[in-house]
Order: sequence, then structure tokens, then C-alpha cells
Amino acid sequence: MNVKKTQLYNLHKSKGAKFIEFAGYEMPIQYSKGIIVEHNLTRTKSGIFDVSHMGQLFLKGGDDLTERLQNIFPTDLKKLNINQSKYSFLLKENGGIYDDLILTRLKDGFIIILNAACKYNDLKIIKSRLKDNSLELNEDVSLIAIQGPEAKDILEKIIKNVSKLNFMYGNNFDFDNEKIFVTRSGYTGEDGFEISISNKKINDLVNKLLDLGSNLIGLGARDTLRLEAGLCLYGHDINENTSPIEANLKWAISKNRVNESFPGAEKIKNQINDGVKKLRVGIKPNSKVIAREFTKIFDKSNNEIGTITSGTFGPSVKAPIAMGYVSNEFSKNDTEIFLEVRGKKISAYVCKLPFYKKNYVKESINV
Amino acid sequence: MSEVKYSKEHEWIKVEGDIATIGITQHATEMLGDIVFAELPEKGSSVTKDGTAGVVESTKAASDVYTPVSGKITDTNQSIVDDPSKINEDPEGSAWFFKLKLEDKSEMNSLMNKEEYDKFAKETSA
Repeated sequence: MNVKKTQLYNLHKSKGAKFIEFAGYEMPIQYSKGIIVEHNLTRTKSGIFDVSHMGQLFLKGGDDLTERLQNIFPTDLKKLNINQSKYSFLLKENGGIYDDLILTRLKDGFIIILNAACKYNDLKIIKSRLKDNSLELNEDVSLIAIQGPEAKDILEKIIKNVSKLNFMYGNNFDFDNEKIFVTRSGYTGEDGFEISISNKKINDLVNKLLDLGSNLIGLGARDTLRLEAGLCLYGHDINENTSPIEANLKWAISKNRVNESFPGAEKIKNQINDGVKKLRVGIKPNSKVIAREFTKIFDKSNNEIGTITSGTFGPSVKAPIAMGYVSNEFSKNDTEIFLEVRGKKISAYVCKLPFYKKNYVKESINV
Repeated sequence: MSEVKYSKEHEWIKVEGDIATIGITQHATEMLGDIVFAELPEKGSSVTKDGTAGVVESTKAASDVYTPVSGKITDTNQSIVDDPSKINEDPEGSAWFFKLKLEDKSEMNSLMNKEEYDKFAKETSA
């Protein structure tokens, strides 16, 4: 299979990007300043993330479409306001997660943003569940995020009124005589926006943002930022063998949908009522040792009780951080656990997420 | 007269008398990225040529540090454990990893000089 490049590939290269293959795309893992500088720039100023490899699925339709989508997602889409976004899942019948995604309700349909590595499989499943073979991902548009405390003011200079968007809302805006779609959302724990714009104009937009003092940020810092924010990475923290309840993402299942019909509904209902055997938790080592993905977790009697699914050094937390699954009885905050790193058991404890407190906007007015 | 030699695992070694100082190269730090964790061998322990003698971790991944020669550890640099970012700042100077008493000076013969290492590093990272 050919490795694909996004429209911003040459710009990444010119900024000293080191590339890795991710989900079939050649993506920048970092630029010349390095992951920690990029991480800190996003926390203190602003950072631009090329997420054009993600899937953008536009569905046209009215109440009938809402009804049909309601049958395949665990979210109460009928209750969504126009232009409101919601975090949701494409679920297996057994409650496992095919993908986590963001749904935005529009006046005349929905936009679904899918993970890059899952998008073609997702499309197949959605087509089949909706019995609509005409659906296609929109490959004519790119996607970037701009995140961080300065994101709002920088973007407002280019896209008028964009700073009036509420968190987890989107709308159409004008950029250079083009209608673009912007949502106030992200994956860093910072205030920010995600912008869907034509492949033709994406370079122009990013160059304007860079001229205003923003910075390109690679996938390396995207990972440290999202982990500090306690957010799941599909394929690592969640997958086809974890349910949203086990992943401690019950909040993303609409309460009034629990007794209704959607793929995985029965499993989820049972897990809500009866509890789960394993649960995703935050984990902090009691030393500077970093416990990476696949690290085994033990109790003090040396019984294996779980596995780390993400682990790194948190540049803002200034300490190693991790997430993983532990047997339910060890999931309480402050429980001491032991992580097997390079043959030694290191002490750690279960802690609440996120590791880093969010700065999401709350005060602005919905437009 | 102390000459600096280099290993294929990207360590440098400087010998004064029968004491060798060992660290990782500038090239290694550039490949690793931001270093956030360092683990050193214990003082007084013995290490064997090409065996592991420490760990460095960047934000991305963990890597073993190998010793290019055998010997007994006489000193370790705690300052890089306390602040691993020093390894990125001055890898071939103040951010050395450990010192050891050489067991067999002939082990030095298989190592590269600066010119050879630079060529090796360029070829292997291309």
C-alpha cells in the first residue's frame, strides 16, 4: 500500500519535521524544536496540528437521518442542538469499540470525524448499518486543529466571529470566499478549534496562522498533551475488546438511551447495572520511572491485575503518567499498585484523570 | 593524552590512565529526542563489554545504554538522573553517564575514532 501524504506535507518538511508512518499516512512526529517545546507551546501559546488523515464523513438529511443514526449510535442525537457536537462511539454488537468519534448535528445533516486508522472500516460499517451504499468520506477537505490559550485570538484575526463559538459547538465561517466548517473542540486539554477546509486552501490558512505566531505541532506532542488531559487514544486505551463502560466513558452514553436499541446496548446496560471486571484508570508511578504501553500491573501480593495502555513523561505534569486497565477492586484513587518495568516492580498509585486541568472555554455565546 | 573513541551503539568513551568516562553521543541524543529519564549502573558493580549499563528514555521510547568496554563502575553522574534534559544539552561533556576502571585496554581497539564514527552515524541514519 502506498503511504499517503497530506496537503501540508511540504510545509511540514520545510519546518524540519521528522516523519513517521501513521495509519497509512506519512505524518510529522515532531519538528526541529522537539516534543517538549511543542508541548509547552501548545499549553502556553498555541499549536497547529495537521489531522487531515482523519476521516470526515458528511451525511445529508433531516429528521429521518437523525432517526436512523440514533439507531446506530449510543447518543441521543435528537436532543442535540443544531451545530452541537458530541463524543460518541461506533460500537460492536458485544459492546466493544470499533472507533471513537465526534458527531456534529447540522441544519441539514451530520458530520462525523473518524480516526485515521479506522475510517475505511468505519465507513463500511456505517454504510451497512444505515443501508446506504452511497456514503463516501470527503477526501477533498483537510482538517487541522489549533489549540492553546492564544488559539482563540489568533483564529479570530483570520476568521471573524469564530471566538463566539461555544465549546463542543461548530458552525460555517468564511475564509477567502470559501465556506469552511469550524468546531470548538480538540484533543489537548486546551481551548481550541478544529477546522475543516478545502485541500486547495489549507496551506494558505496554516501559513496565515504561522504568520500570526502559532506553531506547527507533531504527533509526539499530540500524544503527551492528550494523555495529560486523560483522553483515550483509539487502538491503545480503547479497542474492540473494551466497552465504553470499562473505559470509564459512561458519561458519553446518553442516559435515556441505555434502555433503547443500538449496537452494544445490551452489554452496556448490563455493565451499568452489574458493574465491570476491569476499569480504565489514571496511574502515577511513585518515582521517575516511565511505564509504557503493555507494562503489566500487579497488586502487592504479586497477582497480575492489569495492563498499561498508554504511558509517557508528562511535560506539564513534570512526572511520568500512564493510563491502563485494572481489576475493578483496584480502581479506587490512591490504591497502591506495582508496575513491572525492566524486570523490576515499581510502586505506583491509581489517580483521578485528567493529570492536567483543562482550560476549555465556557463563557462565550453560542452563534 | 586522552583520545575519545566511539561505539556502534552510539556511546563515546574517553580514557585517562585506566579510568574511562562513558556517555552517549550528540548523534544519539538527536535521534532520541527530548530525554526525560536516565538510569545508571550501580557504583561498584561490574559491567561487560557490549552489555547494558543503563537506560535513557525520551518522550517517545526507552533505549538501553551499553558499555563499550568491561570494568568496575567507579562513579556515576547523578546530575543527569536529577535532570535528564542535561543529556540533550551537553551529551559529550558534562552529561557523561558513568566512569569505570578498565579491565582490558585492548577492548578499545575495536572502537571507532571521531572520523569513523561520524561516517558511521551518517550512513546508518540515512
